[in-house]
Amino acid sequence: MRGWRSAGLWVGAFIVGFTLLVAIFAPMLSAHDPFAQELSRRLIPPIWMEGGKPEHWLGTDQLGRDYLARLVYGARISMLIGIMTVVTSGLIGISLGVAGGFFGGRIDDVILFIITARLSIPLILVALAVVSLVGSSLTVVVATLGLLLWERFAVVARVATMQVRNLDYVAAAWSAGCSQPYIVMREILPNILSPLAVVATLEMALAILLEAALSFLGLGVPPPLPSWGLMIAEGKDYMFFSAWVIMVPGLSLFALVFGINLLGDGLRDLLKTGRVA
Amino acid sequence: MTTPLIEVRDVGRQFRVRAGLLAQPKRVVAVDGVSLQLKAGEVLGVVGESGCGKSTLAKIILGLLEPTAGEVLIDGKHLASLDRKERARLIQPVFQDPFSSLNPRRRVRDVISLPLVAQGGMSSPEVNRRVDEMLERVGLDPSMADRLPAHLSGGQRQRVAIARALVLRPRIVVCDEPTSALDVSVQAQILNLLAELRRELGLAYLFISHNLAVVEHVASEVAVMYLGRIVEQNQAASLFRDPRHPYTKALLASVLTPEPDLGLPETGLGDAMPDPANVPPGCRFHPRCPVAIERCSRDVPATQRKEPSLVECHLAVPA
Repeated sequence: MRGWRSAGLWVGAFIVGFTLLVAIFAPMLSAHDPFAQELSRRLIPPIWMEGGKPEHWLGTDQLGRDYLARLVYGARISMLIGIMTVVTSGLIGISLGVAGGFFGGRIDDVILFIITARLSIPLILVALAVVSLVGSSLTVVVATLGLLLWERFAVVARVATMQVRNLDYVAAAWSAGCSQPYIVMREILPNILSPLAVVATLEMALAILLEAALSFLGLGVPPPLPSWGLMIAEGKDYMFFSAWVIMVPGLSLFALVFGINLLGDGLRDLLKTGRVA
Repeated sequence: MTTPLIEVRDVGRQFRVRAGLLAQPKRVVAVDGVSLQLKAGEVLGVVGESGCGKSTLAKIILGLLEPTAGEVLIDGKHLASLDRKERARLIQPVFQDPFSSLNPRRRVRDVISLPLVAQGGMSSPEVNRRVDEMLERVGLDPSMADRLPAHLSGGQRQRVAIARALVLRPRIVVCDEPTSALDVSVQAQILNLLAELRRELGLAYLFISHNLAVVEHVASEVAVMYLGRIVEQNQAASLFRDPRHPYTKALLASVLTPEPDLGLPETGLGDAMPDPANVPPGCRFHPRCPVAIERCSRDVPATQRKEPSLVECHLAVPA
């Protein structure tokens, strides 16, 4: 069981690392421009199917754009949204959670109320409403998701801080004459990072899926940007005769989210056993 | 007469505990009207069973908890008026559990140097020199400085905690059960180290323990706490030779002897545990007292003093 688990960690790390590299080096990986349309070469199937052409490994879409190029650039969008959302929501959630857990009392009551209020907001509905009001762009999607997805960070950071705050080494730091900011930053934060790392992977997977869902509904990343969710949306009219137009981005999305979750589970086990100290 | 290093005046601490959302909050009296003094170079032992408020008292004296009544003076100055650096230079703690008193993510060097770093204004070679000197003083090899606490044994960890407490050369060390989480074989080493360091550095200890044998070994004066109050206090030798309060007598009788044939000692205390949320009227010890008379459940016994001893019991006079 343990062997399988740590295998999962490596598989997850490989998938996420590979996607990250693809996203970073996207311009070098594809000979084609993901935006260049060529209507005479529409819906060419991938190379291993009948009618495939060697210059388009994954074929072309309904506007004749190279599918591999769009997939590779789409990885950029997904990773960018995943990472930026986690950074934004992590900053908000961890600050609130640590403040509540550390100070307790009235401050904690207020922060708990804010968390509860956030939990009662229907995520997709608000995201849809905001994006349709403000207009869709990459920044708006990141900001909306970042401002909505912090509650798990806050809940976990708050509880972890409460546990650590009462440990003797915090009392010792206090007696040693350390200031409050020093105690929070150096004694408490480093000791609550492991559960937060797991939350970060969960939130990243969720953010990528939500972006895909928003883009599928036409309210996420605006066309012609190559987002995986948008690719599925644009391809859905052709799925009965050219199933690969939705299978290629769909499988990529599945693999990335699966990989992130494996990485998160693996990290959790690793940090729990204390092999990373 | 010199000012005592610690002077605790009528200190009390109550906690409000809420059992449920709509339940009436209960008042738990952890410490109630405690007064004591610690003079330079002395070791004041505080004994009592679990839940009697001795750790709360230690936290109040360290400034980790605000008292709800009374005041604490450290070296003649109000504890609340000291700034954190000044307080750190006067008083330092050694906690019970060396597994929770060291930050698991910091190396031994960073743990020990924390009080120096918090004071500020010291160059890092100077800090390192002081840490190495301190490591040697507590009997650890300087090569341990780069280890993480996870790679040390319980006894080594407690030595690191002691080094951290002493690196600023404080005048008072509050030891809150410093040996009770350690293996028996290590306890004596740590106690001897504490005694040795006290002699060398001229420290005063407030030594909290439930273990009478340990307190008898280190303390010059002993205060016995029961349900948040000091019920008897005397110089260590006199207290162990001539206990006056029935609770002290029972505690002394409860010390286990090495002979297995004797069985468990009979203390006459019964098995009712004291509940700080529900302090009995009259003498707080009367429900468990083997010699209680009718008056004990009615009148609160007065504090009878005859320097240096003190006792709170209707049926006893100070030694």
